[in-house]
Amino acid sequence: MNIVETHELTKRYGDRAAVDHVSLTVRRGEVYGFLGPNGAGKTTTLRMLLGLVRATSGRATVLGQPPGAPTGLARIGALVEGPGFYPYLSGRANLRVLARYGRHDDVAVEAALELVDLTDRASDRYKSYSLGMKQRLGVAAALLGQPDLLILDEPTNGLDPAGMADMRDLIRTLADHGQTVLLSSHLLGEVQQICDRVGVISGGRLLTESTVAELRGEASLLIRADPLPAARSVAERIVGSAHVSTVDGMLRLATGGERAAELTRALVLADVAVLEVRPEERTLEDAFFEMTHEGATS
Amino acid sequence: MIASLRAELIRLGRWPTTWVLGGTWLLLNLTFGYVFNYLSYRSADGTTVGPPTGATKQILLQEMMPANAPVTLVQGLPMFGGALVLILGAVAVGSGYGWGTWKTVFTTGPRRITAMGGTLGALGVILVGLVAATFVLDLAASYTVAAVESQSVTWPGFVDSVQGLGAALLICGMWLAAGVLLGTLTRGPALAVGLGLVWSLVVENLLRGVANLLGPLEAVTDVLPGTAAGSLAGALGALTQGDPNGTPGVTTTITGTAAVALLGAYLIAFLVASLTLTARRDVTS
Repeated sequence: MNIVETHELTKRYGDRAAVDHVSLTVRRGEVYGFLGPNGAGKTTTLRMLLGLVRATSGRATVLGQPPGAPTGLARIGALVEGPGFYPYLSGRANLRVLARYGRHDDVAVEAALELVDLTDRASDRYKSYSLGMKQRLGVAAALLGQPDLLILDEPTNGLDPAGMADMRDLIRTLADHGQTVLLSSHLLGEVQQICDRVGVISGGRLLTESTVAELRGEASLLIRADPLPAARSVAERIVGSAHVSTVDGMLRLATGGERAAELTRALVLADVAVLEVRPEERTLEDAFFEMTHEGATS
Repeated sequence: MIASLRAELIRLGRWPTTWVLGGTWLLLNLTFGYVFNYLSYRSADGTTVGPPTGATKQILLQEMMPANAPVTLVQGLPMFGGALVLILGAVAVGSGYGWGTWKTVFTTGPRRITAMGGTLGALGVILVGLVAATFVLDLAASYTVAAVESQSVTWPGFVDSVQGLGAALLICGMWLAAGVLLGTLTRGPALAVGLGLVWSLVVENLLRGVANLLGPLEAVTDVLPGTAAGSLAGALGALTQGDPNGTPGVTTTITGTAAVALLGAYLIAFLVASLTLTARRDVTS
C-alpha cells in the first residue's frame, strides 16, 4: 500500500496555481525527496497532505485517510515551514505540551530529545535556542510517538554542516527502521544522499517522479585523445557510433567506467595518444536544472 | 478534548502574560475598589485633599464593607476588567499564528475544533480562577477595612454572592470570547488587542455620546456588548458612571435580565464564530 497518494491535487490562489494537478505516490518505508526551487509548491503540497490547507481540486490520501483526519494525523509527525513553538517555554515543556495533544507520555518526549541530541539544552527556553537548535526541536516534535510517516519540510534548514550530516543520518536510520519519510528540499546533494525516490516540482507542476539513479541517467566516459578523429573511429567501433559524441574537444561515450581499460588499450594500439580518460556521472543537480529549465521554458 | 485542555493548561499556566494580566486586574480591583476609597474616606481626618463629608462618607464606608463585596467584584468589569480579559483572549489565540504553534498543534492529532476547544476550556478555567481570586481578595480587603474601622462584619448573602460571581463570569466571559474572536480574525495579537481596546474603551462610549444627540442610534447602542456588561453590573447595584462615586462603564440602560440574555448571546456568537473560522480556514503560518 502506498503511504501517500495524490491525484491531480491542485491549489489555486486566485488565478495563480500554487500546486497544479500534482499526482505523486510515496511508498512504505522509503525516503521520498520532494525537490524543487523556492516557490515551486513544495510546502503548499505538504500543507495539503496535513490538512492545513484545503485543496482546490483533486484528491489525496495519507496513510489511507483523507488529509487532516485525526486517525491519520495521529500516525504522522510533521515539521512544515520551520518550527512553531511557544517561545517562553523550554524545549522540554514545549514537547510536553505537544505530547499532551498527541496523547504521548513524557518518556516519548525524552526519547525524542535524545534522538536530536537536545537533552542537555532541553530545560532552556525555546527563545534562547539557535536556529539549528530550533530546527532540531522541530524534528523532535515530529518524532514524538514514533509516527509511521514523517513529513519534513527542509529539515536541515539552519543546521551547521555537522548538524546537517547528523540529520541525514537520523533520517536514513528512521527509514531503515521502517518509518516512511517524505522530505522536501532544495539541497540536491542532500536528496541524492538520502532519498530512495524523488519527485521534482517546479511552477506548481510535478515534472517527474523516479528513483535518484533513474533521474541521473546513465554514466558516461570522457576521453581526451590526439588525434581526435582517429580516436573517435576507434571508440565508435567499440561502443557503437550512436554512443559517441564530441564535447568541448573531448569524446563523450555513453558507457560506464568498466570499459575504460578496453578502450584505452584499443586507442593505444591504434597509435592514438591518450591524454585523459575519466568517468563522468551526471549529478542530480544536472538533471534537476535540465528539468526545471525545460519546465520553465515549456 | 481533555488532552487538549491539559496541554493548554500547561502552556497558558506557564505563560507570564497570563499572570501579568491577572495580577494587573487584582491590583486594579484592590486599588480602585478599596485603597482609593479608603484613602478618600480617611481624608475626612485631614490626611488627603478633598475630604468627603456626611452622607458621602457613609456611602464610601458601606461600599467597602464585606456585604458589598459582590458588587465591588463586578463594578470594574464592564470596562477595565473586561478590557484585560479581552487582551488575554486576543493574545492567547492570536499569538499562536505568529509563533506558528497553531500549525504545529493542528498536525498533532486532534481535530481543530477539539484543539481550539482545549484553549477555550483552559481560558475558562483561568477565568474562573481569576474571578474567584478577585472575590476572595475583595472579601479579605473589606474584612480588613471593617476590622480597622471597628464595624460589625456582615458577610454577603449566598444569593448575592452567586449573583455577583455569575455576573462577573458572564461579563468577563463575553469580553474574553470577544478577544478570542479578534485574535482568530486577525491571526495575530497586536491588531486584535488594539481593535478590542479601542472598541471597549473608546468607541462604545463615543457611540453612547452620539446616541444622546441622535435618537435612532440609541437602539443600536443599547444592545452593544459594553452596554450589556455595564447594565448587568448596574442591575446588581454598582453605581453608574454618572454617579459621583460611580464606575466608568456601569450603566442602567437595560434591565439585568435583558443584559444577561444579551451577554449570553454575544458569548455564544463570539465562540461559535471563532470555532467555525478556526475549523474551516487554511492555516498558512
